[in-house]
Amino acid sequence: MAIDKIWVLAEVADGKPITASLELISHARSLAETVEAVAWGEDTAAVAGTLGEYGATVVHDVGDLSGALPGAPVAAALAAAVEAGGGPDAILFPATYDGRDIAGRLSAKLDRPVLTNVVGLSADDGGLSTQHAIFGGQQNVTAHFTGEGPGLFVIRAKSFPAEPSGGGAAEVSALEAPDTGATNAARIVARHVEERTGPKLDEADVVVSGGRGLGQADQYALIEELATLLKGAPGASRAIVDAGWVPYSHQVGQTGKTVKPTVYLACGISGATQHLVGMKNSKNIVAINKDQDAPIFTVADLGIVGDVHKVVPKLIETLKARG
Amino acid sequence: MNVVVCVKQIPDPAAPPSLDSGTNNLSRTGKLILDDSDAYGVEMGLQLADSAGGGEVTLVSMAPNGETSGLRTGLAMGAAKAILVSDDTLAGTDALGTAKVLAAAIKRAEPDLILAATESSDGYTGTTPVQVAEILGLPSVTFAKKVEVTGESVKVERQTESGYDEVECPLPALVTVTAGVVEPRYPSFKGIMAAKSKPVETLTVADLGLDAGQVGAAGSRQEITDVSAADARQAGEIVVDEGDGADRIVQFLEQLKVL
Ligand SMILES: Cc1cc2nc3c(=O)[nH]c(=O)nc-3n(C[C@H](O)[C@H](O)[C@H](O)COP(=O)(O)OP(=O)(O)OC[C@H]3O[C@@H](n4cnc5c(N)ncnc54)[C@H](O)[C@@H]3O)c2cc1C
Ligand SMILES: Nc1ncnc2c1ncn2[C@@H]1O[C@H](COP(=O)(O)O)[C@@H](O)[C@H]1O
Repeated sequence: MAIDKIWVLAEVADGKPITASLELISHARSLAETVEAVAWGEDTAAVAGTLGEYGATVVHDVGDLSGALPGAPVAAALAAAVEAGGGPDAILFPATYDGRDIAGRLSAKLDRPVLTNVVGLSADDGGLSTQHAIFGGQQNVTAHFTGEGPGLFVIRAKSFPAEPSGGGAAEVSALEAPDTGATNAARIVARHVEERTGPKLDEADVVVSGGRGLGQADQYALIEELATLLKGAPGASRAIVDAGWVPYSHQVGQTGKTVKPTVYLACGISGATQHLVGMKNSKNIVAINKDQDAPIFTVADLGIVGDVHKVVPKLIETLKARG
Repeated sequence: MNVVVCVKQIPDPAAPPSLDSGTNNLSRTGKLILDDSDAYGVEMGLQLADSAGGGEVTLVSMAPNGETSGLRTGLAMGAAKAILVSDDTLAGTDALGTAKVLAAAIKRAEPDLILAATESSDGYTGTTPVQVAEILGLPSVTFAKKVEVTGESVKVERQTESGYDEVECPLPALVTVTAGVVEPRYPSFKGIMAAKSKPVETLTVADLGLDAGQVGAAGSRQEITDVSAADARQAGEIVVDEGDGADRIVQFLEQLKVL
């Protein structure tokens, strides 16, 4: 299977293509001659410039979904395009909520497998090979897709850098979504956005995360204060998200965000494999944990074996004193 | 209201995971237990059936060697019955193959609502449930952090990057729940005793009318070509806090010019 054409699912949020999609478009350029995007929403023309700048020559526009969840209609549009022939050799999906839904449905429609949790993708004579990090990133698995194309790949954020190619705006081309019947019955009736100040968790230069070692929900205020002082974003382990201390949008790890800041500061986090997957590629890692055998120390550049309730307040005090 | 909950039975996550040296698939030898991720679905199913004023919860699982220990846990929590698909030809089945098997088994229970977890603890592909929905021709709402059934439809608060969406969907439908949506109950002693005599129907691939070529390793269309240790991070400096921990961090941040 030669790889000539790759399609990338371009998700749009706040009027812009998400970074994870731009990463995939950038990387796809090194794998295939032709890279095209697939998008939906009210105004795809508005993002055609950015998509083109990163290397997509065409953006296939499924159009406005009138409140439907994207999974069923976008998968149906993609399936129809593949079945009509002349479609892509591979389709790349960012590992977002909607990306996973669309990839899963498309896989079932086309009766082709979808490879998930991909962190690397390379082309070789026989087609495409994927890399997957397992056991918290301690081991890398390389898998080769043996099926008939197109290969479907769901790729984790920050697996590749997003680099503009300087291309002109992508040409917008309508992609018809066939009738999806009952599968397309779910409707969004209201949206709720959680207030958040400061940089976004997955874009911040500094991330300060708290875990169960904080002891109680109200102690998370320390993490927020420290993050603000460092102009960073507060993050969390899943343990305290599940416990309801902080919203899910703060979660770092396998099921949460992937972060790669200049500094990741883990406070009272054990370093379970599922947490490590989300932060292990940070440039520098500082960990505070009272247990010197905590796995987080295996990835820390600086590890402080100590009590978060002593170290963090002192750190806040010192930073405040510096002004 | 009839609820089907997909429950995966997995090796104890406390035991270190390993790959089978022959096939490079995850080793699934030894006793399996109910995936914690699915305990939320079971609890949610029980609560929804209860507030709908009747109906029952059926567990559906695909697992090797006729494994039922995880199912017994779910039955002890209060599920009425279980369907287990177990067949040697299923070894090496991928997410899509699993979805085909689960869909065929789920159909037999004629559910109004199907619940699954957003992702399993051991496989975490997170695609199996939507694949099931697509095969069954049903709508789905993934990443639910709150689920309510009102009459003929289900109302879900669906997690998003920036908060959540309120989503409405007519039944029958499939919903995947996130961890922590509900507090799974501990099976009572009475529940554990009762679970022993609850019906578990065990089916093979042939019973479901599926073609063996679609499932198992043959159906998975990917091969693992290499497994290698990742580059280890260079060992850092680990120091015990003697009251100077905060200062050490400040120095470190200064070096990086973050301060
Ligand atoms: C399918 C699946 C997906 C998952 N996805 C994620 C994910 O995306 N992100 C994630 O984070 N987890 C995830 N997990 C959960 C993960 O396995 C761990 O349970 C979780 O990361 C633990 O959080 P924690 O480190 O805060 O808590 P614990 O593991 O309980 O660790 C608390 C740590 O705090 C230390 N401590 C206690 N008191 C103090 C003190 N006073 N001062 C300093 N240190 C102290 C302890 O020594 C301990 O190391 C997932 C699990 C599964 C099964
Ligand atoms: N073998 C299985 N038996 C029953 N349910 C399963 C099985 N595999 C996956 N599921 C369901 O699908 C969810 C997501 O699984 P996965 O796609 O492996 O991440 C699981 O949490 C279960 O609810």
